[in-house]
Amino acid sequence: MFDVKQGAIAILATLLMTGSAMAEQRVLKYNADYDPIPLAAMEALIADFEAANPDIDVQLTNFDHEGYKTAIRNFLTTDPPDLANWYAGNRMAPFVEAGQFLDVTDVWEANGLNDALASAAASMTIDGKKWGIPYTYYQWGIYFNKDAYKAAGVEVPPATGVDWATFVSNCEKFSAAGIDCLTTGTKALWPGAGIFDYMSLRTNGYEWHMDLANGKVAWTDESVRKVFAELAKIQPYVTANHAAIDWQDAAALLVQGKAANYVMGNFAVGVFKEGGMTNDNLGFMAFPEITPGIPRAEDAPTDTIHIPAGAKNVEDAKKFLAFVASADAQTKLNAAIGQLPTNKNSTVAADDPFISAGFEMLSSAYALAQFFDRDAPAEMAKAGMEGIQEFLVKPENLDAILERLEKTRAKVYQ
Amino acid sequence: MTSFWKSNQRRLAPWLFLAPGAVLFAVYVIIPIFQSMWISLYDWDGLGTATWIGAANYVELLDDDSFYTSLKNNVIWLVLYMLALPLGLFIAIFLNQTVGGMRIYKSMFFFPFVISQVVVGLMFSWFYAPDFGLFYQIIEWATGQGIAVLADERFVTYGIIAAGLWPQIAYVMILYLTGLNNVAPDQVEAARLDGAKGLGMLWHVILPQLRPATFIAVVVTVIGALRSFDLVSIMTDGGPYGSSRVLSFFMYEQALSEYGYRMGYGAAIAVVLFAIMMIFISGFIWKMWRDERER
Repeated sequence: MFDVKQGAIAILATLLMTGSAMAEQRVLKYNADYDPIPLAAMEALIADFEAANPDIDVQLTNFDHEGYKTAIRNFLTTDPPDLANWYAGNRMAPFVEAGQFLDVTDVWEANGLNDALASAAASMTIDGKKWGIPYTYYQWGIYFNKDAYKAAGVEVPPATGVDWATFVSNCEKFSAAGIDCLTTGTKALWPGAGIFDYMSLRTNGYEWHMDLANGKVAWTDESVRKVFAELAKIQPYVTANHAAIDWQDAAALLVQGKAANYVMGNFAVGVFKEGGMTNDNLGFMAFPEITPGIPRAEDAPTDTIHIPAGAKNVEDAKKFLAFVASADAQTKLNAAIGQLPTNKNSTVAADDPFISAGFEMLSSAYALAQFFDRDAPAEMAKAGMEGIQEFLVKPENLDAILERLEKTRAKVYQ
Repeated sequence: MTSFWKSNQRRLAPWLFLAPGAVLFAVYVIIPIFQSMWISLYDWDGLGTATWIGAANYVELLDDDSFYTSLKNNVIWLVLYMLALPLGLFIAIFLNQTVGGMRIYKSMFFFPFVISQVVVGLMFSWFYAPDFGLFYQIIEWATGQGIAVLADERFVTYGIIAAGLWPQIAYVMILYLTGLNNVAPDQVEAARLDGAKGLGMLWHVILPQLRPATFIAVVVTVIGALRSFDLVSIMTDGGPYGSSRVLSFFMYEQALSEYGYRMGYGAAIAVVLFAIMMIFISGFIWKMWRDERER
């Protein structure tokens, strides 16, 4: 029989031993906002890091995803950890400008990251300095239901995609067959911005799109109208009532074959497959070219890790960032969460057609945009996404929408 | 010390008893009101340094379409929320009978007030949901064309108010039910002998006796209408394209939501909302004070 007394002593001894072992370790506090699957992947990465650096103890505090967006503003000033999750692009600008993030340009230079993470470098740079390390991103594009294509008698697009004229004429055929050509759920606004991003990137190109996001192009300009004119071609074929549904509800429409195409991020593949789709009937293609000859840019929202300005253990935090940036760590982490590594020397699973297509698409892209609500400042993003939603419901309001957005632009970028 | 206490005991004691409540009220209500007014004069993102900009937030507010949308919706809320009074009274009178199992019916009518506003919002979202919602299907069956209430700027505010009225009617009903318990039976008897019945009885005999209940019902309904935040947030998030915003939601959006963090602007909206509430609050206080004095 188990001797209770002896057992208790043994447990106590172990506790004391681990206690003394921990005392020799340096603590690295890390605040993050992972969902369950990425959390497990990051914990595995941390375990690898701790195995390589036995003298460092990473203490991960995981927040609820939405709550984190508020919490970070509090803990950065009151109780800063040594590492914190955030996003690239304009999303990190408020923290950088408020001096809440540490400049980590030296980590980039010491580890050759300017080359290895080249595709994400631009979105990590503000004022010529790097402010964090990207560890994952994912592609956006058109996911489509091959069965819906067959049901409507439309030719299934090849992996290389279709051109814009074909896409629009396909929409007419879907409409005749009673299938929504393009579905989306804009209750949370951002899914509509994905469509707009691509209309903008394909009509006027990456530089113009970033100028628009940075307030250098007037919303009442003729070039903006050109984008909306293209959008107007597919507006009648977008799921009616999209303003009342969430993106998951729209995913259900695609799964059921009531809709044919969906402009979405790769995270949606999990939802499609849960709904019963397989690699056989779920297709993926890049968004069609609209203006011929414009270099192909893509949306690829990037998740990042930063060192808060108030970090106590900066040296080890930089060590951790370098580890997260390494090709092997990113390969392993992204394989576990089903996303793309930002390190170009990493590898991706060849048996997942969406991951390999995305990796191919992004690594050959001319440039990467973050996403409308990360490229544009928050206030402009909100107003812009509302305008896009309104246009998708009531295209006849275009003049009023553009004037309102122009008013917001005059206010936001002073 | 002791002599001071002895001589002023009767004057000091009420204040000492009031102190804990008064301190909490000051710290959590009075002081924040003035802080909000102060912050509304700054441009501040909640993180960096705050810049004094004077009345610029208010000037911007006057030129902001979203503000007028919110204001208009608030007025619609106020007006339509008042429907809770006649409807609540109707149900209360209907339930004020002595029939077996009446308590069960009463609790079932009171049920919507007990469940959380968030749950009410979710239930009504599904009720209105395009394609599978019951309401959508009924309209589709009746007219051949379904209406997605929450995606249509013409109906969205009314759709949310209908959801809000459901628990509000239950609340008003319970207020009137307790009020009806206190209606003097001898007066009803006397009125009946004089030949009063039906609406005449209700208007001239019952309603005057229900005045205290009506007063409370108006107060809670006005407050309920002005702070209608949860339902808007749950059901539409202010959409479609901001057409169902109300002031309280607009304030939250500007100050605290993902795309907000304009603390000064949010505070300016809060001050305007406070000013609107002040109109009603001073009306109520004035009435209560007058009633006290008449006694």
